[in-house]
Amino acid sequence: MSKQVPVSLAAVALAGLMSLPAFAQSQLTVVNFGGANANAQKKAYYEPFEKQSGTKLVTVEYNGEQAKIKAMVEAKNITWDVVEVESPDMGRGCDEGLFEKLDYSRIVDKAALAPKASVTDCGVGIFVWSTVMAYNADKLKDAPKTWADFWDTKKYPGKRGMRKGARYNVEFALMADGVKPEDVYKVLATKEGADRAFKKLGELKPSIQWWEAGAQPPQFLVAGDVVMSTAYNGRIDAAQREGKNLRVQWVNQIYDLEYFGIVKGSPNKDNAYKFLKLVLSPEGQGEYAKNIAYGPTNTKALAKLDAKTLGNLPTASGNMKGAIEFSVKFWADQGEALEKRFAAWATQ
Amino acid sequence: MSTSAVTALPAVGTPELRQSLQRAERRRRLTAVGLTLPLLVFLVLTLLVPIGALLGRAIENPEVARALPRTGAALAGWDHRSEPPPAAFAAVAQDLAALAEGSDAGALARRLNSEVPGGRSLVMGTYRAVHGDWKDQPLTDAVAVRERMVTLDERWKELKYWQAIDKNAERWTPDYLLTAVDLKRGVDGGIERVEPDQRVFTGILLRTFEISLEVTLLALLLAYPLAYWLSTLSERQANVLMILVLVPFWTSILVRVAAWIVLLQREGLVNSALMSLSIIGQPLELLFNRTGVIISMTHILLPFMILPLYSVMKSVPPTYLRAAVSLGSSPMAAFWRVYVPQTYAGIGAGALLVFILAIGYYVTPALLGGPNDQMISYYIAQYTNVDVNWGMACALGAVLLVATLILYAVYRKMAKAELSLG
Repeated sequence: MSKQVPVSLAAVALAGLMSLPAFAQSQLTVVNFGGANANAQKKAYYEPFEKQSGTKLVTVEYNGEQAKIKAMVEAKNITWDVVEVESPDMGRGCDEGLFEKLDYSRIVDKAALAPKASVTDCGVGIFVWSTVMAYNADKLKDAPKTWADFWDTKKYPGKRGMRKGARYNVEFALMADGVKPEDVYKVLATKEGADRAFKKLGELKPSIQWWEAGAQPPQFLVAGDVVMSTAYNGRIDAAQREGKNLRVQWVNQIYDLEYFGIVKGSPNKDNAYKFLKLVLSPEGQGEYAKNIAYGPTNTKALAKLDAKTLGNLPTASGNMKGAIEFSVKFWADQGEALEKRFAAWATQ
Repeated sequence: MSTSAVTALPAVGTPELRQSLQRAERRRRLTAVGLTLPLLVFLVLTLLVPIGALLGRAIENPEVARALPRTGAALAGWDHRSEPPPAAFAAVAQDLAALAEGSDAGALARRLNSEVPGGRSLVMGTYRAVHGDWKDQPLTDAVAVRERMVTLDERWKELKYWQAIDKNAERWTPDYLLTAVDLKRGVDGGIERVEPDQRVFTGILLRTFEISLEVTLLALLLAYPLAYWLSTLSERQANVLMILVLVPFWTSILVRVAAWIVLLQREGLVNSALMSLSIIGQPLELLFNRTGVIISMTHILLPFMILPLYSVMKSVPPTYLRAAVSLGSSPMAAFWRVYVPQTYAGIGAGALLVFILAIGYYVTPALLGGPNDQMISYYIAQYTNVDVNWGMACALGAVLLVATLILYAVYRKMAKAELSLG
C-alpha cells in the first residue's frame, strides 16, 4: 500500500499539469526568423496584440525548417500556431497539407492587398523583401552600378559575399552575363541557360566568400572581409540604423513575399485569425515598415509612411527598375536539381 | 554453520538437488536480466528502433503507389518508349480526382519532382484542374481526357514524367540508396551512373573521409607529445594541466566555433599578429575554407585523442625505455621500437574515436567552411529540413552508417593483428 501512494500522487500531479493550460490565459505561439525582422515584428505586431487581446504571445525562432512543421502535423501534436514561411515553402506546404486554408474574410479585405499577397490558399503575404547588392561606402568610393560590376574584379578588387547555395546566385550570374531581367527564368529553365549561369559563377568563384545566415553580409562588409555582397535589404537597413555606412545598389534586385500561415490543426485558430487581422491592418503594416525596410502588402499602409521610409522599401518605384520577382514556380520545380548541381559545381 | 546448511539441502545426486540448483540458477539469471533490462529497452528504443526506421525510410516509396493506383495498373506492360495509351491518361485524371483534400497530392508532386524536375507543377496543375474546371465533366472517355490534359500542360506528352510514375509505382524502391552513391535505374531497369552535373554524393563522401582523416592525423601529431609529457609529470602537475585540456572539452561547441571565427577572420587576432611581426604582408585566408574547418575541428576533437593516449601511456612502465637504452639502444630507436608499440592501443582508440566523431560533423564545417568543405551531414540536414525529402536524407544516413561500420570492422581486424604481434 505504501508503495502506491507516490504513484497515485504522481498521477494526480500529472493530471493537474495536463489540465493546467485549460485554466491558464489563452496563448498563441508565433514562429519567426529572428534578427532585425523579429524585432520589427515585436514592435508592430506582438506587443500591440498582447495589449489588445490579453492573449499571451510566445515567440519561437527557426531557420525555415519545414521538417519541424511536417513532423508536428504528422504526429498531430501542434505546438506552433502562426509561422513565418518563405514563398517556395508556402506553396509546397500548402500542397502537402501542412497549413490551414485561410478564410480571408476573417483577416483583411483582399482588395486592399498587393495582388501577390493572396496567391496561395494557405499563406497571407505580410511583407515584400528583397535580395540586393550591398557595399560599404567607406571602402568603395566608386559605387558599383550593375551586376557586371559585381563580377568585375579588376575594377573592384576584393572578395564578394554570396549566399551558399544556388538560389539568387544563378539569377544574378545571368544578369551579369547580359541576360535581360525579364528573360532570366526563361533562360534558366533551359539546360544551356543553367550551364551559362554556373559558368559565369565559376568566373567569380575564387573571389567569393560564402554566407549562410542573413546576419553575415553586413558583418563581412563592416569587417572589410568583402567589398560587395549579396544581402537581404532589411539586414543592410538594420546596419544603417546602427550608423554603419553600408549602401544598397537596387539594380536588378530580386524581390519576394514572406508569408504567415496557420499550422494545420492548430488548437488556437481563433487567436491566430485575430493576430493575422492585426498584422494585415494598415496600422500594423505601417508600423512594421517604419521599423525595417520591408514593404507592406496592405497598400493602405503606404499612406502612413513618410517619403524617406518609402524610398528605402524594395517596392519604391525608383528601386524597382530592372527588378525581378523571385519565381516560386521555377524554384519549386527546379530547386532540388539546381541545389544539387550547385554542390557538384562547388567541388570542381 | 556450513554443515547445517548442507544438511538442509537434499542428498547429493538426487533429482531434488538438481531441481533446486536449477531453480537457484534460473533466479540468478532472471535477476541479471531484470537488472540489465532497463538498459536493453533503452538501447532498443533509442538506438535500434530509430536506425531501423531510418533504413526503412530509405527504401520506402509509398507516394506514387498510394496516390495513383489506377495509373500504376494502366501502365503495366507499357514499353517505356512510346506515349502511354490514353487509358493511362484517364487513369491519372481519375486517380487525382479521387484524392481528397489533403496531403497525398502534395506528397506525390514532391516525389515526382525529385525524380524529374518540373513534376511538381505538372501534377499540382492537373490536380487543381481536375478539382476545379473539370469538376463536373466525366473522366471516362480516355481519348478526350488525354486531349484535355495535353492542352492543359504539354509536358504530359513527355515520356520522362510517365517513366518516373511507372518506376515509382512500387511501394519499395532502391532509388534513394542508388542516388546516394550517384547511381540510378535506367528506363529499362539497368543500373547506370547519373549525369555528371548531378554526380555529387560520392565526392562528398570522399571529402568527408578526407577531412576526417586529416583531422585525425593532425590531432594525433598534436596529442601524442602532449599526452607523453603529461604522463611523465607527477600526478599533481598532470591534474592541473589536464584541466587545461578539459575546460575547452566542456565548453559548448558553438562557443568554440565562434571563437575561431574571431581569431581567424581577415582582421582577426591571428592575421594581425602575423602582420605586425612582418611574417606576412597580406592577411591569410583562414576562414570559410578548408583551413578554417580543419583547424577548428582538430581543436575541438583534440581531447578525444589526448585522453585515451594519456590513460594508456600512464600504464606503460618507464623502466622498459630505460632498459632499452641501458642495453645500448639509441634514445630515438628506444622510443620508436619500445615505447611507441606499447601505446598502439591508445593510438588506435583515440584515432578511431576522433575519426568516427569527425565524419558526423555538421556545425563546424557549416559555419567555418565554404560550399566545397561541407561534409555529408550538411546534405542530410539539407534534405531533412530544406527539401523535406526524408527518403534521400535517410539513404545518405544509411550510406554513412554502412561506411562507418565497414571502417570499424577494418579497425577491429587491424587491432587484433597488432594485439597478436604484441
